[in-house]
Amino acid sequence: MVNVQSIPGPAHAEDRALEADHPTSQVATFGSDQPLQLDCGIDLAPFQIAYQTYGELNAGKSNAILVCHALTGDQHVANVHPVTGKPGWWVTLVGPGKPLDTDKYFIICSNVIGGCMGSTGPASTNPATGTVWGLDFPVITIPDMVRAQAMLIDRLGIDTLFSVVGGSMGGMQVLQWCAAYPRRVFSALPIACSTRHSAQNIAFHELGRQAVMADPDWRDGRYVEQGTHPHRGLGVARMAAHITYLSDAALHRKFGRRMQDRELPTFSFDADFQVESYLRHQGSSFVERFDANSYLYLTRAMDYFDIAADHDGVLAAAFRGTRTRFCVVSFTSDWLFPTSESRATVHALNAGGARVSFAEIETDRGHDAFLLDVPEFFDIAHAFLESAGHSRGLTAAGELR
Amino acid sequence: MSVPQPTLPLDDSAPSRKRYRQKGRYRGDHLLLAEMIEPNSKVLDVGCGDGDLLQLLETRGVDGRGIELSREGVNHCVAKGLAVVQGDADTDLVNYPDDAFDYVILSQTLQATRQPKAVLENLLRIGSRAIVSFPNFGHWKMRLQLLVGGHMPRTENLPATWYDTPNIHFCTIKDFVQLCDEINVKMERSVALDLYGRPLRFNAPWWFWNMFGEQGVFLLSRVEKTK
Repeated sequence: MVNVQSIPGPAHAEDRALEADHPTSQVATFGSDQPLQLDCGIDLAPFQIAYQTYGELNAGKSNAILVCHALTGDQHVANVHPVTGKPGWWVTLVGPGKPLDTDKYFIICSNVIGGCMGSTGPASTNPATGTVWGLDFPVITIPDMVRAQAMLIDRLGIDTLFSVVGGSMGGMQVLQWCAAYPRRVFSALPIACSTRHSAQNIAFHELGRQAVMADPDWRDGRYVEQGTHPHRGLGVARMAAHITYLSDAALHRKFGRRMQDRELPTFSFDADFQVESYLRHQGSSFVERFDANSYLYLTRAMDYFDIAADHDGVLAAAFRGTRTRFCVVSFTSDWLFPTSESRATVHALNAGGARVSFAEIETDRGHDAFLLDVPEFFDIAHAFLESAGHSRGLTAAGELR
Repeated sequence: MSVPQPTLPLDDSAPSRKRYRQKGRYRGDHLLLAEMIEPNSKVLDVGCGDGDLLQLLETRGVDGRGIELSREGVNHCVAKGLAVVQGDADTDLVNYPDDAFDYVILSQTLQATRQPKAVLENLLRIGSRAIVSFPNFGHWKMRLQLLVGGHMPRTENLPATWYDTPNIHFCTIKDFVQLCDEINVKMERSVALDLYGRPLRFNAPWWFWNMFGEQGVFLLSRVEKTK
């Protein structure tokens, strides 16, 4: 028989399941008197938001930056991840002396509604039934995520955020913040994102969801009760998605056609090529930390995102008269959220009279560039926040002048 | 026969401005441009380079925005807190709505655009006024180099050779005035500057400016259509 390897099952499944209800984070709980009003018409209550903070909020509460995470990110921006033990996903950008300087700013990042790291989502326990929500969880949208974040910001006693920053799905949340709460956002840094999800991106998401749902262990979404986990389907979904985060040039540079621990093909379906081995690793490490149903819900939220649709199809209307300072960033080799999408956003912001800067960063690292060590991007982020901080009257220590 | 070569400036410290300009040293027209603009107005600077002019304008209460082709230029501008987007005058002006600005500035950039006429029309669609400055190819030194030297002129301000210059649409002051007439643009003010960016004699005739002006600066407005 031909040698076959597939994605191994998750080793930390129990740790992850625990995080869904009892996160290693700060938690804000909202009772039935404070429901989250969802776009689908359902009031979600009670619910909770898991979040992390870094740095100190100044006396004037004017130095708070909300970081919005991407599809498979979470609130653990700059601390060791409680499930994987790996460093935070944006330690390149967030920390003392970094562009999002924790000595100067008060950084907040919350797990999105629908996520699986402690904010209420399909992996959480449904208080009405005492079992995991699963597919009983209502379908959520990007505006729902932002509405929940606004409730958290209220709870923290912050009126205006100094900045809202995020890439990819995080960038969508940034733009949604600016459209929904223009007066509460002093500056905004949407990175590698769009005001709407493209047909191609919806197609990729559908591929991922179908992979999850085709796994017999998915059990119509009831895998927790039935003691299984669709790790193969979720792994395949992640592998396919991961390809879209890179670029042909980056894959070629990193792997080429090099073999994995061998010199000759094995004439099997084993991972002969380094790139195969790498993708399998991406798949298997992802299923350890992520809930399959959560992946379905969050990809769906991105698919539904279209700011213009909420403004009679006129994108500029969403930002008309805004006083927020924008810095839009894209990457040359990003084909998931190409520069053309960012330019469309910039055109709409300009048409709305917004104060907007736009920079396209040259890199061959694809969509993932926003998570990687790209100095030119850091320079822009640093310069933009510095000058916005100057306008906001922040000193180097994050105090008001 | 030996051809006298123009001396080239050695200042290579300025970052490359690619299509828009080659040297950051000479910008004698900034103060004049700033003086043409009413305080507290809304201004778009097309081809804003490192943002020096926008910075000058912001000190005068102007709400300024910029477009710049080069990434280095954009980065410098963002670092200065200016609102500048990376873009191209030829392709991106069409995306700006009508009457979005009080003034649109095109400083030393017209000659580097692919479609100067379309760009000029867009300037006056986006802004109620436009300020355009450009190097005058009718200057006597240019004429002399072509006439006597028999080669494409190169000057201190325009040192590039014909094969690597970003300036693909040179014109003279006279040419520009003709274009303005053709597309029904009103010239509210016009100034010719010398090598050092100083205005020439105010009441000089056109031919004098076209011969001795290193660059022309024009404040333009739309001619309202009569029915």
